[in-house]
Amino acid sequence: MVASTPSQVVYQRPRSLTTTPNSYCPGCTHGVAHRLIAEVLDEMGLREQTIGVAPVGCSVFAYNYFDCDFVEAAHGRAPAMATGIKRVLPNRIVFTYQGDGDMASIGMGEIMHVAARGENITVIFINNAIYGMTGGQMAPTTLPGQKTTSSPNGRDVEQMGFPVHMAEVLSTMEGSGYIVRRSLHDPKNIRQAKKAIRLAFETQKRGLGFSMVELLSTCPTNWGMTPIDAMTWVEQHMVPVYPLNDFKVLPALQGLKV
Amino acid sequence: MARELLEGNLAMAEAAVRAGVEAYFGYPITPQTEILEWMSRRMPELGRVFLQAESEVAAINMVYGAACTGARVMSSSSSPGVSLMMEGLSYIAGTEVPVVLIDVVRGGPGLGNIAPSQGDYNQIVHGGGHGDYHSIVLAPASVQEAIDLTVLSFDLAEKYRTIAIVMADGNIGQMMEPAELPPMRPIPTTRPDWAVTGAEGRDHRVLSSIYIKPEEEEVYNLHLLQTWNRIKAEEVRYREYYLDDAEFVVVGFGTTGRIALSAVRTARAEGIPVGLIRPVTVSPFPYDQITELAKNVQGFLVVEMNSGQMLEDVRLAVAGQAPVEFYGRMGGVVPFPDEILDEIRRVSKEPLTITTDPRLSWIKRLNLARN
Repeated sequence: MVASTPSQVVYQRPRSLTTTPNSYCPGCTHGVAHRLIAEVLDEMGLREQTIGVAPVGCSVFAYNYFDCDFVEAAHGRAPAMATGIKRVLPNRIVFTYQGDGDMASIGMGEIMHVAARGENITVIFINNAIYGMTGGQMAPTTLPGQKTTSSPNGRDVEQMGFPVHMAEVLSTMEGSGYIVRRSLHDPKNIRQAKKAIRLAFETQKRGLGFSMVELLSTCPTNWGMTPIDAMTWVEQHMVPVYPLNDFKVLPALQGLKV
Repeated sequence: MARELLEGNLAMAEAAVRAGVEAYFGYPITPQTEILEWMSRRMPELGRVFLQAESEVAAINMVYGAACTGARVMSSSSSPGVSLMMEGLSYIAGTEVPVVLIDVVRGGPGLGNIAPSQGDYNQIVHGGGHGDYHSIVLAPASVQEAIDLTVLSFDLAEKYRTIAIVMADGNIGQMMEPAELPPMRPIPTTRPDWAVTGAEGRDHRVLSSIYIKPEEEEVYNLHLLQTWNRIKAEEVRYREYYLDDAEFVVVGFGTTGRIALSAVRTARAEGIPVGLIRPVTVSPFPYDQITELAKNVQGFLVVEMNSGQMLEDVRLAVAGQAPVEFYGRMGGVVPFPDEILDEIRRVSKEPLTITTDPRLSWIKRLNLARN
């Protein structure tokens, strides 16, 4: 006789996500990143204590998809806005969600100084090597030789400069507590990305300074690829340029089991 | 509270403290740096927030974030710094969060100089960041008024969920004179029902300046306009001097209004029937009061430390009912009372005509051209 096993929920929408259908293209990893953040907020019981800061870019409407308080910043200014919130509400959890154009180009000043101050906030940095929302222009993180609508013959580093390695740069700032790069191109890396996001929020919760997780991400639409090809392109072309690593982890965080 | 000898910048800073400002974000720039310095000492000792930002761009966006929590927040700067804040101010207007800004205006354009000027009237009163919005702009003419208007600016900003700017100049900021500070107000213990504070036991809130559907943005723009119409109806402030029997009216704001008052008093002693109207709110501007005056006077003289920016508002109010003359100094030069007195004498003697541009005859009289 076969004993019936009680049904068990193995997968559901995180409480920290709303039911609003998102505006992201098929195959885009923004949805994955959103879900990972929401799962971490759920697991840490932080949904009602958290204030998110949305950027300008494809994730401009992130505030529609997270079920926590949110504000919408000007392009690049999310770290400054987050600073204002965190200073007035030091016991709340404050995170920004920013793309490469927003954070590594127009917002370079704000992100560097938020790290220099050791501002106790968390930044989730989506690096997909392109400007998504405006239709595929060159980003500060565009790879050498990569074709975009504003580098139609490929990024010529002599003329257009070199890719910006934000995790490496931010890890040099004394105020940084946790600076890592992960990728969203396959399940194994997605699991590691979630662990990193958890540690970033743990850094903030423990008051250990600035935390940033760079997530290598896809943009199938503007790369002109299928979702699967885009995942492969991340692995084959982005990871060699942007190595997945822990660039700064404070000793107080090492050995923390999450 | 007793009267003390106070510097304008320190007085405005301490007035903000006593009005209950909870967070200050700023960046050093002459001639207002004393505000930042005062706050760097005062705010931490009261357990409040002070942060020197990396730029005015960052400072105003820190203010934006802090204002979204419903806290009473402010920044201060001077002309070039305020130019950098225009992006943030537009977003703040687009989100309807109350913010106070002190702008101690200096000579420009560009780097200009650090001398007192009113050259940013158009930027602050009519311009600002992109989009369709208005800010309340208060123009003090003394250290005492700078204190009073700083306190008022917080109340107005919160009452209308708007930007309130105290537009002073280097004179007001750097001058010392006797003034009385207000008593310390308690900090509010509750937050407004729109504030973003963490969705504890309630639905999540979003503060944003996005209205992606043009029809919704239009409705929001209309809402802003209706708020502005209420402000125009309820908050126009101005000071009148010797207007009862005046045949000629001088119009000046801030420092220039105060210097003009000296000139008007001397002219009165000479028997010239002249009065002064000094707009205290340059935005909303006292159009109706000037329109009313225009019915019974022989002419106006507008005096400013710029090339005639408020002049356009006065001409709009006068609407051709009377001649409007202009006298200004620019680039950080402050007029002497005697210069304005000479203009009052001239206006009261010469036959005046309604001209298309009062600046043309002023330029000839000024005789400064460098070519």
